[in-house]
Amino acid sequence: MAASPVQVTGTVLTTRRVDAYHALTVVAPGVADRTRPGHFVGVAVGGPSTSMLTRRAFAIHDVKPDYGGTVELVFTVRGPGTAWLADLRARDTLDLVGPLGRPFPLPRDPCTCVLVGGEYGSASLFALADALQQRGCRIDFVLGAPSADRVFGALRARRMGETTTLTTEDGSIGMRGKVTDVLPGVIADTRADVVYACGPMAMLQGVTAVAVEFDIPVQVAVEEAMACGIGVCMTCVLPVIGDDGVTRMVRACTDGPVFRGERVRFEDVGTIPFDALGAPGGRHV
Amino acid sequence: MLTASGCGGTGRELAQFFDVTRLGAFVTRSITMAPRAGRPTPRMAETPSGLLNAVGLQGPGVEAFLTQELPWLAERGARTVVSIGGGTVAEYTALARRLADAPGVTAVEVNLSCPNIEDRGRVFARDGSSAAEVVASVRAATRYDVPVIAKLASDVADIVAVARSCVDGGADALAMINTPVGMSVDVDSMRPALAAGTGGLSGPAIRPIAVRCVWQVHAALPGVPIIGMGGVTSGRDALEFVLAGACAVAVGSALFHDPYACPRIQRELEELLTERGFDRLADAVGLAHHPPGSGPRGRTDLEESSL
Ligand SMILES: Cc1cc2nc3c(=O)[nH]c(=O)nc-3n(C[C@H](O)[C@H](O)[C@H](O)COP(=O)(O)OP(=O)(O)OC[C@H]3O[C@@H](n4cnc5c(N)ncnc54)[C@H](O)[C@@H]3O)c2cc1C
Ligand SMILES: Cc1cc2nc3c(=O)[nH]c(=O)nc-3n(C[C@H](O)[C@H](O)[C@H](O)COP(=O)(O)O)c2cc1C
Ligand code: FES
Repeated sequence: MAASPVQVTGTVLTTRRVDAYHALTVVAPGVADRTRPGHFVGVAVGGPSTSMLTRRAFAIHDVKPDYGGTVELVFTVRGPGTAWLADLRARDTLDLVGPLGRPFPLPRDPCTCVLVGGEYGSASLFALADALQQRGCRIDFVLGAPSADRVFGALRARRMGETTTLTTEDGSIGMRGKVTDVLPGVIADTRADVVYACGPMAMLQGVTAVAVEFDIPVQVAVEEAMACGIGVCMTCVLPVIGDDGVTRMVRACTDGPVFRGERVRFEDVGTIPFDALGAPGGRHV
Repeated sequence: MLTASGCGGTGRELAQFFDVTRLGAFVTRSITMAPRAGRPTPRMAETPSGLLNAVGLQGPGVEAFLTQELPWLAERGARTVVSIGGGTVAEYTALARRLADAPGVTAVEVNLSCPNIEDRGRVFARDGSSAAEVVASVRAATRYDVPVIAKLASDVADIVAVARSCVDGGADALAMINTPVGMSVDVDSMRPALAAGTGGLSGPAIRPIAVRCVWQVHAALPGVPIIGMGGVTSGRDALEFVLAGACAVAVGSALFHDPYACPRIQRELEELLTERGFDRLADAVGLAHHPPGSGPRGRTDLEESSL
């Protein structure tokens, strides 16, 4: 289960640009030492007198032991909250809560794993790759994005992975197309046992379909709009099939963000499936 | 200091951050008879100093609540206010009955901001007589030593009239306010930001409305205890409600920003009261209603207003 989270007012150590992304390293002891691959943090944006009430969720990209523990976040500017974050400089403070969510489960025995990252989704895959390699697993990467500057971490993937396949929709780097176009080939060549994926929902849906085709387990880290990140507001829900076969609207923040891909009803995200527990006019168990 | 209904999860989530037994009370999300999947996503849209939500009372239903959620709170000794929501008077009554013999219920809060199925979906809180009917039947079904709190909405022509109806119906206390209905349109997608279209607005954006409601109701019904809420994020905000007439304050959306909000606000409020020379919170309740110079009210009077 998730390590119990803490709130920390951290100091920004470094900020840098990585292609289309911003990276922010924050001193956050207490968060850093409990982080496992797949965890995320909830970040308060806008400063003390902000009108932005909800926390923003970011995957923890890297953890380092410096200064009692640092976490690095990688993000793209989407709206006012991320724009504020992009303006932070070294020595500014940042209020974070973490580590949050359920991390990626790791296989007991060494096996071959394909790690699929879409855009900044690959940020959370490197810590995972590290943990898998420590268990003697073979790692292969597939990273994709619309264009070359939005493929995150290609160099690092090349260093860590047995093989690394890149795809871009405009063909500016790697193969032209989507990760799902090349994934079947990678799985077949590596005789992969497991797929891990993090990225946009549509990509996760495609990756899951491929893994199901090959009949291998797939773990996906989903992204849903969140207000609290700690499981109290019920705004981040998506339909997921439980062990008992019943679909429930579960919280991405505390029941996820990592789920078994085949359990997530991707086609029904954004709706309440009629057969979900407690759906209007639906089944009541 | 209480949590606001629907903003504290099951209690377990907040317990990771602070001791929920130190709360004045933990208020549950509104419990319904059957499990409810709630509304589709997106359920949330941030607005200036606020938040629109359309969760749609997602919850496991009363049976699962009684076996999985309430015992956890009761074992720890947390004072628990169980909020209930229904579509008919009969459903509220059945819920109150179901709770009557459950151990660990400190009070029952009646969420009146639910659409009345028998009245073309008009919410109970908008109509004094149906609100009073719900409150009276819940009161009758609830153990005599468990207070019944009526939770009111600000979206009404005359909140004092609804408040009076609820008190006449047997409400021991009033909680206000529930979220006023709001809406936001995403100008990029050119669609409503919430899947449900409209949603309830919470956070500091609604505090002036909430304070006004507390003020008006306290002025009209000074003897009725009021739990004030709506955009409380600091001790100063809490004190504002107290001075307007609330004898307890609940914290909702602020928990999304600061999971430690309850103990922090409690501490800040205590400091502010001490600074101002109050020995007890009760001495500050409704003080803003009295012209300067008239001084704090006498003790006897107070005892009455903080029943
Ligand atoms: C588990 C998780 C991990 C994430 N990791 C990263 C990451 O590593 N890098 C990165 O760039 N982005 C990441 N995101 C997305 C990031 O949270 C949003 O881009 C960010 O919240 C947008 O904030 P804003 O103020 O700029 O945008 P706005 O659109 O103005 O945000 C308004 C509100 O909507 C919420 N919101 C909007 N979009 C999202 C979204 N996609 N996901 C969650 N909440 C959203 C915000 O929390 C806020 O409450 C992650 C999201 C989740 C759920
Ligand atoms: C996500 C969310 C869920 C809520 N759920 C309920 C609920 O189930 N029952 C209820 O009576 N009020 C519910 N409310 C309303 C709050 O209890 C409270 O009245 C309101 O949010 C104002 O307080 P605040 O500004 O401190 O959040 C909910 C509010 C939010 C933001
Ligand atoms: S973000 Fe609040 S419950 Fe998941």
